[in-house]
Amino acid sequence: MSYLPHTELDREKMLAACGVENLEAFFETIPNEHRFPQLNMPGPLSELEVLKELQELSESNAEATHYPCFLGAGAYHHYVPSLVNHMLLRGENLTAYTPYQPEVSQGTLQTMFEFQSMICALTGMEVANSSHYDGATSTAEAIIMALNHFRGKRTKIIISPTIHPHYRQVINTYTQGMGLTIVGQENLEADLDDLLTELDDQTALFIIQNPNFLGELEDLQGIENAVKDVGALFCVISNPITLGTMKPPGEYGADIVVGEGQPLGIPLSYGGPYLGFFATREKYVRKMSGRLVGETVDAKGKRGYVLTLTPREQHIRRDKASSNICTNQGLMVTAAAIYLSVLGKQGLRKVSELCYHKAHYAAKQIDKIPGFAVRKDQPFFHEFAVHCTKPIIEINKSLFDEYGLIGGYDLGQDYPHLKDHMLLAFTEMISTDDIQCLCDALGEIS
Amino acid sequence: MPWKTPEDRLYTKTDEWVMLDGQSALIGITDYAQDQLSDIVYLELPTIDESFSKDDIFATVESVKAAADVNMPVMAKITEVNNDLEDQPELINLEPYEGAWFVKIDVQDVSQVEELMDASTYADYCDSRSS
Amino acid sequence: MNISDNIAEPTVYELSSPGRSGVTLPEPDVPVEELPTDIVRDDLDLPELTQLDVIRHFQSLSQLNHSIDSGFYPLGSCTMKYNPRVNEDAARLAGFMHSHPLQDVNTVQGNLALMYELQEWLKEIGGFAAVTLQPAAGAHGELTGIMMMRDYHLSRGDNARRKILIPDSAHGTNPASTTMSGLEVIELPSDARGNVDLDALKSECGEDIVGLMITNPNTLGLFEEQIEEVVKTVRECGGLIYGDGANMNALTGIVRPGDIGFDVMHYNLHKTFSTPHGGGGPGSGPVGVSERLVDFLPTPIIEIVEQGNDQDPPLYGFASPKHTIGRMKAFNGQFGVLVRAYTYIRIHGATGLRSNSEHAVLNANYLRSKVQDVYHLPYDRACLHEFVVEGRWSDAPEIHALDISKRLMDFGFHPPTNYFPLIVHEALMIEPTETESRETLDKFANALIQIADEARNNPELLLTAPHVTPSARMDEVQAARQLVLCCRPSYLSDPQYVNS
Repeated sequence: MSYLPHTELDREKMLAACGVENLEAFFETIPNEHRFPQLNMPGPLSELEVLKELQELSESNAEATHYPCFLGAGAYHHYVPSLVNHMLLRGENLTAYTPYQPEVSQGTLQTMFEFQSMICALTGMEVANSSHYDGATSTAEAIIMALNHFRGKRTKIIISPTIHPHYRQVINTYTQGMGLTIVGQENLEADLDDLLTELDDQTALFIIQNPNFLGELEDLQGIENAVKDVGALFCVISNPITLGTMKPPGEYGADIVVGEGQPLGIPLSYGGPYLGFFATREKYVRKMSGRLVGETVDAKGKRGYVLTLTPREQHIRRDKASSNICTNQGLMVTAAAIYLSVLGKQGLRKVSELCYHKAHYAAKQIDKIPGFAVRKDQPFFHEFAVHCTKPIIEINKSLFDEYGLIGGYDLGQDYPHLKDHMLLAFTEMISTDDIQCLCDALGEIS
Repeated sequence: MPWKTPEDRLYTKTDEWVMLDGQSALIGITDYAQDQLSDIVYLELPTIDESFSKDDIFATVESVKAAADVNMPVMAKITEVNNDLEDQPELINLEPYEGAWFVKIDVQDVSQVEELMDASTYADYCDSRSS
Repeated sequence: MNISDNIAEPTVYELSSPGRSGVTLPEPDVPVEELPTDIVRDDLDLPELTQLDVIRHFQSLSQLNHSIDSGFYPLGSCTMKYNPRVNEDAARLAGFMHSHPLQDVNTVQGNLALMYELQEWLKEIGGFAAVTLQPAAGAHGELTGIMMMRDYHLSRGDNARRKILIPDSAHGTNPASTTMSGLEVIELPSDARGNVDLDALKSECGEDIVGLMITNPNTLGLFEEQIEEVVKTVRECGGLIYGDGANMNALTGIVRPGDIGFDVMHYNLHKTFSTPHGGGGPGSGPVGVSERLVDFLPTPIIEIVEQGNDQDPPLYGFASPKHTIGRMKAFNGQFGVLVRAYTYIRIHGATGLRSNSEHAVLNANYLRSKVQDVYHLPYDRACLHEFVVEGRWSDAPEIHALDISKRLMDFGFHPPTNYFPLIVHEALMIEPTETESRETLDKFANALIQIADEARNNPELLLTAPHVTPSARMDEVQAARQLVLCCRPSYLSDPQYVNS
């Protein structure tokens, strides 16, 4: 199968116009012994055959529409209204690139602008960029922004032990060459008060996740003052669905709000592509990396949108750029913008409430099962930890093999003190029947 | 070429100007620099009492198409900052040598002043880069 | 003045009407739990629209875009080739689209098998010992690669190596990624034929060099004529070679970068392997490495953990390389993009990939031959998949490359890349890709030739272009000076921001 338009006659005429005999002649600058290698790969196939092959591969996976999925831990199975996918498949959305030429890119630009606006609304912040790769890289970029804000004069970052373990790992990778002191991973049982005692005049950024990785709601009241007292910045990693009902981090004085945008109309897709959202205060906007769309007018006075503040970016600043970020998650931004528009004020609140109600009902039911205890240290939103009497890996295997359920996340992998704790997530996709199945199964397994 | 290079001050290779007044001095960027950058939209200035060595970056200017670091011509301590410029960065394009001074400094090493260019040397230097 | 004349499409907030809703959700099927009032928000400032409102709005917006599906898109260095729709169907198969990234590996063997195969194919195409699929974009792959190079030297106790050599024709992401890794950039000049200046390279090579980052073919569309000498020089000082794979569409099946001595290279799946650009993303930037960097790959990579036999397929799982630089991103890479690239590679096979590169190069050279008498070629030798012309003439002094680009839109074409690479004055970087027909290339060449004529005879036409696009030239100065980054009504009416 090929998508080439060239006929034999085309090729002849074109080669003649180029003054060469054959296609091979274009490659004479390439070292002879390495030219035209024999690649050991399967031969070409038609679209029909490939789709069949892929269908088989895909069917060897278990997935959340056939197996009730209680796995969250940073990626969630939510309902995506049909129109989101239909609009993404429009060629003008799918096959455009970065809007370098605003005259022929107003669709992409205005969509990004509206996304920025809705992220501001959700987070209670003043400016948002048009996305990073995912929640983890957004968080890493928050650190880079804080370092730039303090021009490298403050080098300590305090990170709550209950941020997503992958985010912590990504932060560690990103910051290896930066000479930072990262505090908050020595003692994974440390609570918020312990963390606040680490604040000092060397602290650039204080990062907390809410709800935290264990699904618990943190008490954000009072953090702002403690952080401001030492002149540091305050970053909250947030879940956008919970913001459908909960007070936004902006109301608690956050300077930066980041998070995983996947719950906003983006399928699980085995981990990506997702989008990382990033919002901050207007006074820090020039320290924020990533694509940013601003409103302006065209030569005829008509309202329009452009990529703005681009001189901060790598294609102009090169080695002095604050980040190497080049693109955004374009199409995922379009998905989230459409999702937020169609759910709107009432819809998002409703999704948020449904998640909350289901999780709280499930927690009560599970807590009644002998051998299972829901961790109740703090209030939670739509995810909670359950202590089990058996290793989680065994429980999950039984849940899947015997009951067709995708069980929760094994917290012991990241938190030794939470060995035999399972993190369960509940969204609007989980029915009361699913919860009953889970409880029945757990009752029999225990 | 038409860039202004007033006689009453000294210049650097990185297109800053210095107007000395005894131990203190005003610093800004030159007509040539603002022309190269085109429409300046943003300026970031240091704070009073900050100290800089010669050639340290003490400010950043951004236009729509470019961003440039502004270097300290001599070892200095900041005594005054032209905060009006942050609200009106276009002044740098309109009057680079008058209203658009960036900072006032206390010169910490007078010997470094001798390394700066006079107006005619700087004018030649601008011309040499414009061909 | 009627305000509606001055906007192409209202914002989603302007279209909002209190009380409307686009989705009906089920009522709770569980007892309702009161939310804690002290943490519940008072208001949520999202728009309120019906489904039809939303469809019409985003449909109208999409119609303001140029795209590959609407017309020729010769944006240099971006490889805007046809994006086959079968890729989209593949990525939307339920098993791929609805599987959770943290599921037990036994329940996602299809995903892992696909990723493993794709790793193997990318190893084979580039001539590498191993591949990571984790990086989310080309720039992210660069960062990954540079960190591996840095850690490779550090692991050998070679702590003095802090510098990365980068030619002046490189993408801006190269130096930016270097700085992010805590290393220093040494810029190398290009010589008169557009190659790396060998003398400059030799004088910079020493015991403080981490390696060289090179784009080959470079951003002028030219293959480094002395690539073997370049590689040898860097090797001799103990440095590694990083290849920016942005231009791999010129080389699939033609030459394997690993064979000529590259230690690391990122692929851009959204360029070479036709995954959609989506208005700026998602991209995907897998990285291939030579034997010496295998242990430094990001964690995890996909491996066969139990060999298969005649009855059973192998069991795939995750593995962590011995000296891994760590994790670059949450979860498993841009998986949906990987499925699309897999589909594309599987359809083409080795012969198809080679044919694609050959025809990409044919198209570029054909187009170049059509315009070379009218546009100055700063480096006049056969190009690979793209070429750079100067968008200026001494007898049309007021015309810049930007004006040519804007005028091209009136002919229904997306302009080439402007002002890049930086080493060419008024650069227009043109990459036609292999999926464009001779007729399209002819039309585009004719437009360029006509514009060159207009530049002399009717320059005003260029200076005020574009004329037939949804919008005219934008006031970028106003956008940057009076920042309006948000259209939320309550935000705009807040007195704190009204005057800012």
